[in-house]
Formats: sequence, structure tokens, C-alpha cells
Amino acid sequence: MKKLILTTAALALSAGMAMADTVRMGTEGAYPPYNFINDAGEVDGFEREVGDELCTRAGLTCEWVKNDWDSIIPNLVSGNYDTIIAGMSITPERDEVIDFTQDYFPPAASAYVAASADADIEDVVAAQTATLQAGFVADSGATLVEFATPEETIAAVRNGEASAVFADKDFLVPIVEESNGELMFVGEDVALGSGIGVGVRESDGELKGKLDEAITSMKADGSLTALIKKWFGEGAVTYGEDGSVVTN
Amino acid sequence: MFSFCADPDALGTFRWFSCYLTNGVHMSFYLSFVKVLVLLAVTAPVALSFGFAGAMAARSHVFPVSWLGKGYIAIVRGVPDIAFFLFFVIALDQGFEWMRHQILCPDWDAPIRQGNDFLVCSNAKLPLGSAPQWVHQTYSFFLAVITFSIVFGAFAANVLYGGMRAVPHAQLETAEAYGMSRRQTFWRVLVPQMWVYALPGLSNLWLVLIKATPLLFLLGIEDIVYWARELGGTKTSRFTDYPHPDWRMWYFLFLLVFYLGFTRVSEIVLEKLMVRLSHGQATTGGEALRKQVTA
Amino acid sequence: MKNCIQTIQDYGLRSIGIGERRLPTSDFTLCEQFTLIGSGMMWNIYFGIMALVTGFLLATALAVGKSSKNRYIRKPAQWFIFLFRGSPLFIQFFFAYFLFLSLKKTNPMFDAFTSAWLGALIVLFLNTAAYSGEIFYGALRSIPKGDVEAADAYGLSGWARFRRVIWPTMLRLAWPAYTNEAIFLFQATTLVFFSAFPAWRQEGDALYYASYFADKTFNPFIPYPILAFYFILFTLFIVWMFGRINTRLNRHLPQAQKKKLRLRLNLAR
Repeated sequence: MKKLILTTAALALSAGMAMADTVRMGTEGAYPPYNFINDAGEVDGFEREVGDELCTRAGLTCEWVKNDWDSIIPNLVSGNYDTIIAGMSITPERDEVIDFTQDYFPPAASAYVAASADADIEDVVAAQTATLQAGFVADSGATLVEFATPEETIAAVRNGEASAVFADKDFLVPIVEESNGELMFVGEDVALGSGIGVGVRESDGELKGKLDEAITSMKADGSLTALIKKWFGEGAVTYGEDGSVVTN
Repeated sequence: MFSFCADPDALGTFRWFSCYLTNGVHMSFYLSFVKVLVLLAVTAPVALSFGFAGAMAARSHVFPVSWLGKGYIAIVRGVPDIAFFLFFVIALDQGFEWMRHQILCPDWDAPIRQGNDFLVCSNAKLPLGSAPQWVHQTYSFFLAVITFSIVFGAFAANVLYGGMRAVPHAQLETAEAYGMSRRQTFWRVLVPQMWVYALPGLSNLWLVLIKATPLLFLLGIEDIVYWARELGGTKTSRFTDYPHPDWRMWYFLFLLVFYLGFTRVSEIVLEKLMVRLSHGQATTGGEALRKQVTA
Repeated sequence: MKNCIQTIQDYGLRSIGIGERRLPTSDFTLCEQFTLIGSGMMWNIYFGIMALVTGFLLATALAVGKSSKNRYIRKPAQWFIFLFRGSPLFIQFFFAYFLFLSLKKTNPMFDAFTSAWLGALIVLFLNTAAYSGEIFYGALRSIPKGDVEAADAYGLSGWARFRRVIWPTMLRLAWPAYTNEAIFLFQATTLVFFSAFPAWRQEGDALYYASYFADKTFNPFIPYPILAFYFILFTLFIVWMFGRINTRLNRHLPQAQKKKLRLRLNLAR
């Protein structure tokens, strides 16, 4: 199955765990800065660092697995890997099928990007097929046009197929920055979902407990905040020591 | 790769490209060509044997067996390969694990399906949870081969079934007259002769198989089209040392050349094979060869 | 049952933009899945039939072109067939979409080309023309010499000989392989929204809706088999339909010969 693995195991060797099964971490590898494939061909990004740190703290041996987004949940419940750590927002629909740990990233803002400042976000809006954003646009009353990859949604705005693209803001920021003024944010940001958590099987309460504990400790000592700032900039929304969301 | 690659921003065009095209992701890209070729090389004989089994079953005089054979051909041929790939691999994997579970963990009392989860005992997991990465990769490769073979086996079965029926009846009657049993007639007369009738169809199928490889990513194999899309997409300087705009066009152009070249080579090889198989056959092609020799 | 009739009224024509604007978002029933995926089948059938009919004409021209003695006619036909048979449809769609986008920039006349109903149809049309052209070309080469000589003896030549003798014989010989091509083409229509052309207002083909449900319910084992069910039904229909035409094409042959013909031509694909 979609168990293609590019990266080597994150070696979190705590003495007593040496014989334990490896925890396989499923990700997509196509969603910078959350997760992407770096020049060396390894899974990299914010979630790579968070995941490795969580494994160290929870005393788990972890390895990274890449999986196509469309089948990422079916393959988790089928047991082909043990966690999903792929920028997946916690939603009630997903929560019915799998369990989530507490969020390790605050509710992410989604934003509109267009080729001109006066673009009409009620007109034709591009989004990636089968994402939260696509669902939001469909409900918003705008004409939704869906593309298979995020790359194509941006291309659609550049070549005038769509008047705006609606996607995760953190994904859009670097693209807008490097577009030499061709692309810009328009309209209001929208918060979708209730934060990003690690997805685990419903029957896997033990793993969920360990990861939850590790996330709490990362929030408490500020290491999670440091990682968020490293990958998303100083202005990003972070966590306080008690785990509450802090706007900077 | 090269020592001067440490700071790509400072490089001239030629050196920049020599660094860019040899970095880790590109190595994965090149490796995916090998992967696809190996997969094709493994799938072809496996699918052919599936096809042979299917065709034999369809010809069987025992009704349940022939229904099974014909059902396999009709159903699998009727379903678009994409739709098949999207759910079948997971089902296949679960099927294997379920069987192992029944054999290895007879004392297990918890249900296998708990809500949405599919849970087998840890001994029955395929591959085992403690297995190293390469075992997982090999297993997913194996599943992809099986899935491809089941789909293309159905098409091959159809072609072989036609090929078996195309062998002139007089040949079989002659064999019977010589006192051969049904089994002997099948293996010694029918099978050696059917290939020449089946080869045009099988060649075509091989070409279709080559062109189905872009669907491999649905089976969890990162094939060449997957990488072309990944590498060709716009890259911003925050996440790579080699930022570039949308270059998918060039990557796809490269793939186009690859597929066309591969098709051409296959056509030439298959043509040669056809000539060889036609030797001494009672067909127009065989007749033409005979004339060439005598002329 | 009443609910289901309501669902069919709401979503039966959803794939062409008639009916309820919003797709169901929770508590998906089997009825909804059957209705929407079935509604999407309209696109597959539209692409399949339109491409087959238009492709048929070009295929005949290509087959004649490829067997032409004039190399300025033969070479382009050969290259066209090689190009479209030698590359995956996946890549053809990609380039076509790119091309249509740049054409659109030069002239608003080309606006419709980036929509699936026209753009994808053109690609499918060219693709099936190349495949069928090759099949017809093979059939042209195996037309019995006697048939052509008999036509000459009757004083038929040029267009009349082609239309009355060569073309019908070619069709008769090519028909079983052509049936397979029709099945392949019909299945290939699922690629349109899957990889190439964007889906507008959530109007897509059967696979689009099947993956919509798979994505919402996280259970691939219901929507995809439904899709498979529809396709098996339609494939059986194609086989039946083409079988009828085959019988008609061969109606003049004596019984025994008819049988022989069937045997021979199960070969290709």
C-alpha cells in the first residue's frame, strides 16, 4: 500500500523500548511548510521536527511513511501506519472515523489569493479537490472550481481561469512573497477546523495518550512555540505554557 | 553531488543545473524509472500466468470452473483500472492479514473490525510491525504487482482464450487421430500453436500496460509521473536551495520522450518475436517466411 | 423509499448543474451515493459516445492515410498514430490543457477549450482515433485479395470500390478489436476530472462523485464498488450493442463462416 518511505527512522532510543514495534508516521510530503520533500529527498518541514521530538519524548521508535492524501485515512484505519501527521485539521467528520490528539498547531487560517487587489472572491474561486477549503467555497456561494493539486490552483489564478484561490494561508504566504507582486492576499482570513492534531486509530488509546502527554510537555516548555516560530515566522499564532492559544 | 554545490545561488547556469539534476530528489526520480521498469518486467509474466489460468478456467468443461473464469474476465475487464486500484489494494492487504490472523492467532477473541478500525493480532500483521523499512517497501511493491496482474491478467485471459480457439480445429483432430489424450493435445499441440495467434493481442496489451504506469501512485508506488509533478511544481526559496517556477511542462516533455522511446523499442522487439513465432506456422505470416526461404 | 425518490429528484441531474446546489455533507445514504455516482455517469457516457462517433471518422481517414503509397500522406498518419498510441493519456491531457490555456490567452474564441466538455473531448477524440486507426489499418492489410479483385472485375474503382467493398470488409474484420477499443475508451473517460480538467461547481463524472464520497466517509469500499457496478453494466451494454452491429455487418455470410470469423478476431487486445 501507500507505504513509500523515503526517510530513515528517527532514532529515539530509550533503553527499555529497544524491542518495541516501530511507530509508523504517515504524512503527505507535499504541503510546505507543514511537510514536504527536501532537496535530499527526505520528509522535512514543521511536522517532521515536531514528530521527531514527540517520539523522543514519548520514548517511541518512529519512521516516516509517505501516503497519498486521498487515501491517508483509509490506510490508517487499515493499519498500514499508526499516526497521521500531515497538517490535518481536526473536524467532527474526521473525528468520527479516527481519533485526534490535542492540537499541536492552533486553528489555521485559510486565505484568498488573487492576481489583482479588486478581485471578486464571490466570483470563481479555485481550491484543491476534497479539502476543507473546497467545501467552504462550495458553501460560500462562489463558483467553485476544483483542481487535483494545489499547484494547479495557483496556476489557475495566474492564467485567469479563476479570480482567486482559497487555501491554507501558511501554504500561500511563501508563494505570494516570491511572486514579485503578481499575487496578493484579498478578503478576510477564515479560520477552518479546530487546530491540527495527530490522527490515530480509535482503538489505539495507548499511543494517543503518550502523544498527548508529549504535546503537553512541548507546549509547557516552549519548544513547540519555538518550532512554530521557526517555520511560520515570528507573527504566527503560538501556545502559552498552559497550552492556551497566544496571538503574537 | 559535486563539491561546488554548497551554494547554488552563486552558480552559473550550467553548474546550477548539474547540481540541481543530481540532488537527492532527482536521484529518487531516476530511481523511479528503474522501479517502473522492474515492475513491468515482473508484472508481465505474472499477469500472463493469471491470464493463462483464467483462459484455461474459461475453457473448462466443468461448469463452476468455467463460470469462474468467464466471470473473472467479464468483471475485471468491465471496471476502469483507476476505480479498481482505488479500493482493491487496501482490500487485498486486509485479505492477506485476515487469513494470517485466522491461522496464526486462533485464540484471539477481540473482533477484527472495531468500528472503523481493522485490527489483527500483531503476529498477523503484514509486514510485522518490527520489520525494517525495506520490507514494507517490498511488500507494497508486491501488492502493486499483484493488483496490476489481476487487472491485466483478465485482459490477457481474454486474448489467450481467443488464441486457443483460433488454433485450426484440424490440428487438434489430427492430434486425436494420433492417439493423444485431451491433456496431451492441449499441452503439445494447442499451447505451442496458440502463441502466434495471441501475440498481436498480447503485444497490444503490453503497450497498454506500459501506459498504465502513471496510475502506480494510486498503489503507493512513487512512479515517474508522480515525481515529475512533484519536481516540476513551483518551488519557493524557503524550502529548497533550487527555487524555480512551474517547470512541469519540461518534466512531462521528458516523460513523453521516454514513453515514446519505450513504445518504439517494444514494438521492434515484439515484431522480431512475431517473426520467430511465425516460423513453420500455418498462417499467412508463416507462409510468407517459408516462401522467403525457398525463393 | 420516499426519501430516495426525493434524493433522485434533487441529485439525479446534479452533474450537469440541475437540482440541489449543495452536495450532501453528512449522513450519506446508499441512495445518495447511487444517485450522484449515476448522475456522474452521464459525463462518462457523453465523452464515450461523442469521442467514439467523431473518432470513428478520423480513424478511417488515418487508416487509409497510413496505407497510402504517397509518403506525404502516409508519414503524418504514421506519426499521429505513434504519438497518441505511444504516450499515456495522462500526459496527453496535461499537454492539451496547457496548450488550450495558452490558446485562450491569444484569442477569447478558445475560451471553451479549457472546459472539460470540449477540451477533454478533443483529447479523447484524437486518442481514440489513433487507436482505432491502427486497428482499421491492420484490418485493411488483411482484406482478402480476392475481394478487391472481384470488385475490379465488376468494374468498381476509386470511391465506389472503397465504399462498397473495402470499407465494409475492413469494418467487419476490425469489429471485435474495435469493440475492445470502445470499452477502453469508455473506461479512460474517468481520467478527465481525475487528473486533467478542473471540476466546476462540483459537477463531475462518476469517479469525481465516487471519490467525493470516499473522501467524506473515509470508506472506499462503498462508493468505488458502486462505480464499478455502473461500469460493468455499461460495458455489458457496449458488448451487446457492438455484437448486434457485428451480426448486421456479417449478415450476408453463411452460418459456418460467421462462426469462423468470430473465432479469429478475438485476438487483438
